[in-house]
Amino acid sequence: MVAHGKAGLCSTLVPAPVISAQSLTKKYDDFTAVAGIDFEVAPGESFGLLGPNGAGKSTTMRMIGAVSTRTDGELTILGLDPNTHGPDIRSQLGVVPQQDNLDLDLRVRDNLLVYGRYFGLPRKQIAERADELLEFAQLADRRGAKVDELSGGMKRRLTIARALINDPRILLLDEPTTGLDPQARHILWDRLFRLKERGTTLVLTTHYMDEAEQLCDRLVVVDKGQIMAEGSPASLIRDYSSREVLEVRFGSDKNAEAAERVQGIGERIEVLPDRLLIYSDNGEAELVKITEMGLHPITSLVRRSSLEDVFLRLTGRSLVE
Amino acid sequence: MTVTDDARRALTSGAAPRRFGALYILEHRIRALRGYAWSAVMTSLGNPIVYLFALGVGLASLVPAGIGGVSYLEFVAPALLCTAAMTVAANETTYPIVAGFKWNPIFHGMNASPITGRQIVHGTMLFIALRMTFAVAVYYAVILAFGAVPSAWGILSVAIAVLTGMAIGLLISSYSSTLKDERGQLAMVMRFGFTPMFLFSGTFFPLSELPIYLQPIGWISPLWHGVELGRLATYGQPIAPWLIAVHIGYLVSIIVIGLWSTSRTVTRRLAG
Ligand SMILES: Nc1ncnc2c1ncn2[C@@H]1O[C@H](COP(=O)(O)OP(=O)(O)O)[C@@H](O)[C@H]1O
Ligand SMILES: [Mg+2]
Repeated sequence: MVAHGKAGLCSTLVPAPVISAQSLTKKYDDFTAVAGIDFEVAPGESFGLLGPNGAGKSTTMRMIGAVSTRTDGELTILGLDPNTHGPDIRSQLGVVPQQDNLDLDLRVRDNLLVYGRYFGLPRKQIAERADELLEFAQLADRRGAKVDELSGGMKRRLTIARALINDPRILLLDEPTTGLDPQARHILWDRLFRLKERGTTLVLTTHYMDEAEQLCDRLVVVDKGQIMAEGSPASLIRDYSSREVLEVRFGSDKNAEAAERVQGIGERIEVLPDRLLIYSDNGEAELVKITEMGLHPITSLVRRSSLEDVFLRLTGRSLVE
Repeated sequence: MTVTDDARRALTSGAAPRRFGALYILEHRIRALRGYAWSAVMTSLGNPIVYLFALGVGLASLVPAGIGGVSYLEFVAPALLCTAAMTVAANETTYPIVAGFKWNPIFHGMNASPITGRQIVHGTMLFIALRMTFAVAVYYAVILAFGAVPSAWGILSVAIAVLTGMAIGLLISSYSSTLKDERGQLAMVMRFGFTPMFLFSGTFFPLSELPIYLQPIGWISPLWHGVELGRLATYGQPIAPWLIAVHIGYLVSIIVIGLWSTSRTVTRRLAG
């Protein structure tokens, strides 16, 4: 009885999740794009799905977005079932899809105005918010431009501004920076970081490990429609990799031979076509051991472990092919 | 606790879009129209003047006796009104529908908000009907100026033309909304659907002039049903009351079925 009471108390203290998925599945005919995944997202959290192309990230996002109908499993968003309450759920979401779908026939500011009306918001309120959001997206001087005239990064920022027009409870971002140049990515990350600081719940997908590390409090690593691991970026690195990685190159013809000889050095070794990755808490020390064996790599580099290493460990493949 | 708060807020904010979503889409489309309003107005005005001049002054001189007791211009005027509506329908329900999924995928953008597939279709069709009403009304004014409407009931032919145009538009959209790729299918629709219908629906000559085995083209063509009703309105062409009911029933049925099937296709595609 006492244990019961405690559990009851706990469940009122921990905030209820804004998204909850159990055995969530999506099939296209015979092909399974999402193969029964489980996860929860807490309010105010910044949650990521990290995985390569074709992992099922966009499919998952479209189900969370209450657009794509699930084939099987359970899904609740804001406590509601998307099968029966799609419009209600979507009225509280902001969505940045993988492919921009701004209206090319409308000008920059008009895109925000018409979109705000889809939520039934009063025109005056939309106009005010549109101007604030154009400032936020650093597009105020482009308000009258045609969408076609914007750069890729500007279009992306406009899509984010549009997704915020209804002051959403959850912001869904599907590969927000894919295809952008480094400078445009950094501007975007800065904007997303501000949203995160303001307490907006973010759910984002990416196949960039640096993006996941920068923006996500917690993430799931997905591959072939399944969740391979879950945790904060730091805990995933701690659990699935060593502190440091020594990368050595011997030239492509000697790579395999060198791999044979260094067996046993470090905690674990990954053999890539062009280089060896030696996982260890002290990369320099391993390099010394290799040199003492009479091996002389053409180049060597000691770096910290990243989510890329986690992914390699979990799947045997690289994130970005 | 939080769940119910979140859910309650969602149910509240979802209420207005659930009810008025189609009108929001209409609003969007009207705003987008501003970009090409002038060219739309010029086409709406230019086309009828050219047609009436060619048919009324040119072709009519070859038919000095007129047709069925009225002048040739009076005979073709209600048909022209219907074909004007049909042209708007064809322009708006072919490429723009494919584009909404593909080249300018605004349907996906709309559906990420509370708007449903059904509301997208209803709002879009409402917009097309408005645009069509405008084009047909301008056409009607030009026809009046040419003195081609003897009956006081003539104004009804505007509504008849819009009914006809929407039936044709919804037939086209039932097909165009299924297209994932456009590899000339729409050009085929125009060539083998639109053009024969345009010519063989009793538009420029009575259907009875066609050999009996070609007349069924007219019977299945929404345009023929609309044109027959139009002639009733503009110069009181005699039609049996039961046939009037058939004409109206046919057009309304196509509109209802077309709305249903286009909505279903769009909803399913968006939920894929
Ligand atoms: N509409 C669809 N019909 C058939 N297969 C699809 C469809 N959408 C996605 N897929 C397939 O599902 C898999 C996962 O796709 P997606 O969710 O887009 O992955 P990601 O976003 O992680 O790159 C891919 O193999 C893709 O080809
Ligand atoms: Mg994707």
